[in-house]
Amino acid sequence: MQLTLENLGKQVGPTPYLYPMNLSLVPGAVTVLLGATQAGKTTLMRLMAGLDKPSEGTVRVDGVDVTGVPVRQRNVAMVYQQFINYPSMTVFDNIASPLKLRGEDGIDARVRSLAARLHIEPFLQRLPAELSGGQQQRVALARALAKNAPLMLLDEPLVNLDYKLREGLREELTHLFAAGDSTVVYATTEPTEALLLGGYTAVLDAGELLQYGPTAEVFHRPQSIRVARAFSDPPMNLVPARTDDRGITLPSGTVMPMAGLAASDVTVGLRASALRVAERPGDLALRGKVELAEISGSDTFVHVETAEGELVAQLTGVHRFELGEGVTLYVNPAQVYVFDPAGALLRAPVARSA
Amino acid sequence: MARIDLDLAHAYRPNPQRDEDYALLPLKMTFRDGGAYALLGPSGCGKTTLLNIISGLVTPSQGTVSFDGVDMTSKTPQQRNIAQVFQFPVIYDTMTVAENLAFPLRNRGVAPDRIRQRVGQIAEMLEMSGQLDRRASGLAADAKQKISLGRGLVREDVSAVLFDEPLTVIDPHLKWQLRRKLKQIHHELKLTLVYVTHDQVEALTFAEEVVVMTRGRAVQVGSADALFERPAHTFVGHFIGSPGMNFLPARWANGLEVAGRPLAGPAPSALSSAGEFKLGVRPEYVTITTPDAPGALPAVVSMVQDVGTYWLVTAKAGEAVLRARLGPDAEPPKVGDTAWLGVLGTHTCFYNRNEELIA
Repeated sequence: MQLTLENLGKQVGPTPYLYPMNLSLVPGAVTVLLGATQAGKTTLMRLMAGLDKPSEGTVRVDGVDVTGVPVRQRNVAMVYQQFINYPSMTVFDNIASPLKLRGEDGIDARVRSLAARLHIEPFLQRLPAELSGGQQQRVALARALAKNAPLMLLDEPLVNLDYKLREGLREELTHLFAAGDSTVVYATTEPTEALLLGGYTAVLDAGELLQYGPTAEVFHRPQSIRVARAFSDPPMNLVPARTDDRGITLPSGTVMPMAGLAASDVTVGLRASALRVAERPGDLALRGKVELAEISGSDTFVHVETAEGELVAQLTGVHRFELGEGVTLYVNPAQVYVFDPAGALLRAPVARSA
Repeated sequence: MARIDLDLAHAYRPNPQRDEDYALLPLKMTFRDGGAYALLGPSGCGKTTLLNIISGLVTPSQGTVSFDGVDMTSKTPQQRNIAQVFQFPVIYDTMTVAENLAFPLRNRGVAPDRIRQRVGQIAEMLEMSGQLDRRASGLAADAKQKISLGRGLVREDVSAVLFDEPLTVIDPHLKWQLRRKLKQIHHELKLTLVYVTHDQVEALTFAEEVVVMTRGRAVQVGSADALFERPAHTFVGHFIGSPGMNFLPARWANGLEVAGRPLAGPAPSALSSAGEFKLGVRPEYVTITTPDAPGALPAVVSMVQDVGTYWLVTAKAGEAVLRARLGPDAEPPKVGDTAWLGVLGTHTCFYNRNEELIA
């Protein structure tokens, strides 16, 4: 299914919720709507679904204008943050409800196969309230999948779950999306979730669509500081700097040699993962003092006060640092991003092949 | 400040028989005087029950709680002299920040000079010195929670300070700053701190030692390093790290056999009498190597994800699913390829049928 938004905007009173945007979603693939709270993700999804009417612009499905068509006359499945199920129906009836509504055959087999894929088969005769939060959300997901709608919209479906449950369910969803041929739109605030889902990503910020493209490409080549900010966790380190024919001069006066730059004030972007504590040939050294080492298990995020400002480095595995300990961070100049005074990307590290 | 010794179990209903009847299975544990501890686990694991037993809100159905060797089991929270910080701010809206911070001291009849000094010190640590005369009612949620933290930390004579998910209401961008504050404060004040959370970052960052809990059982007490490198239980391997540890079926049959294949390479001698067991290896330590390399298994690649800062490769060795995390500079294999994955090395762990570490 080809969903196209033409000049689509939404205004409530004098407040613009969404600035007019053009977006043509890749059919049959997952598109992640990535942005902070209030970025406009939910507003945009409601326009896509037909739950709300836009203030301007057109929504097209396979070329046909559906802008005024209400949600009931469209074939759309939705999953929300909250676990929404019919409380008085069993899990089986919840999942079967869209199929019964359409009077389909083979309901029993279809419900059972979906329940098996989402690991809720043992609970088919229970009521939603008798299940844990994670299981309730699985029921809501199974019902949405049962609909087999050409367009499936998911609004932060995993946000209310523990991180381990989220991890497992996200992986199953990735497989289910890949196996189906629905066009999927998935809203999230988390950059890592977008990267794990893959597909395509549309970055939203303050009601504006900033960039749309293959997820890894948007991550590796953000067109602006705003995209880089929205699509980095931990945040990209941003350092005010000055370029000339010698290269980039950092706040401390350290020069990062780089050819072909015009004289200008710029912002240098350093991904936390580009900063290391082990030196390699050609590295630039940034000395500083440890403010805190945050440990997630798989990664350690070290906050370091340096002459260039506060920097965060992402190190694989568990690393111990004392507060106030001296540390030197190393970065390969080829790994830096450079943004012009207006915030547009001037230079990105060489992209890797996927 | 006190050393806390626990030797107890708790069931909310009488006559517990099976493991499931216990909210907390029998455990024996010591919290060092001046140590920073976290109780970490998913909801329902018993961590809040354990915290409530330490504070005296819950009396254990069997066993004892003692502070510096003195039995406190039947004592009230007040008698135990415990300070607590909860998920949501507990402060007086009508008082100023300074009055809020002073309240626990004034209640105990501490001299005004000493109160002023201590309130000033705590406010400075929490970077609230500029707001001391402001009314609490006008402050944002995270500032209010900072006051709650300050009230918990202001008394020097408490046995311990207990935290129950205190950063829940804090904006994600501010969380790391408060984590740093808490660490600095622990450094300076040397209080005995016990911190309950389901968030691994919070636990591993804050605590010197983390108690990992699941289904009423404390399965490991250890530093972040120990939990990552040598999980004592498969649950710890799974719960710590994202994605968690890989587990492969293994057995000893005239040598190490993993996922149905003999595996060459150095295997710990303890395995020769272990029968059937599991091999555990973290995705960070799985390597891509050459065909038939020692300690490597052939696996069919089912997914390759560019997670931005690293590659995540998912592959199947027999029936077992394996994940490998490769550096951004690595050349990842292609979906459908057979990759030889190195799983045997100094970071590899082995677990028995009770899910416990054996080698």
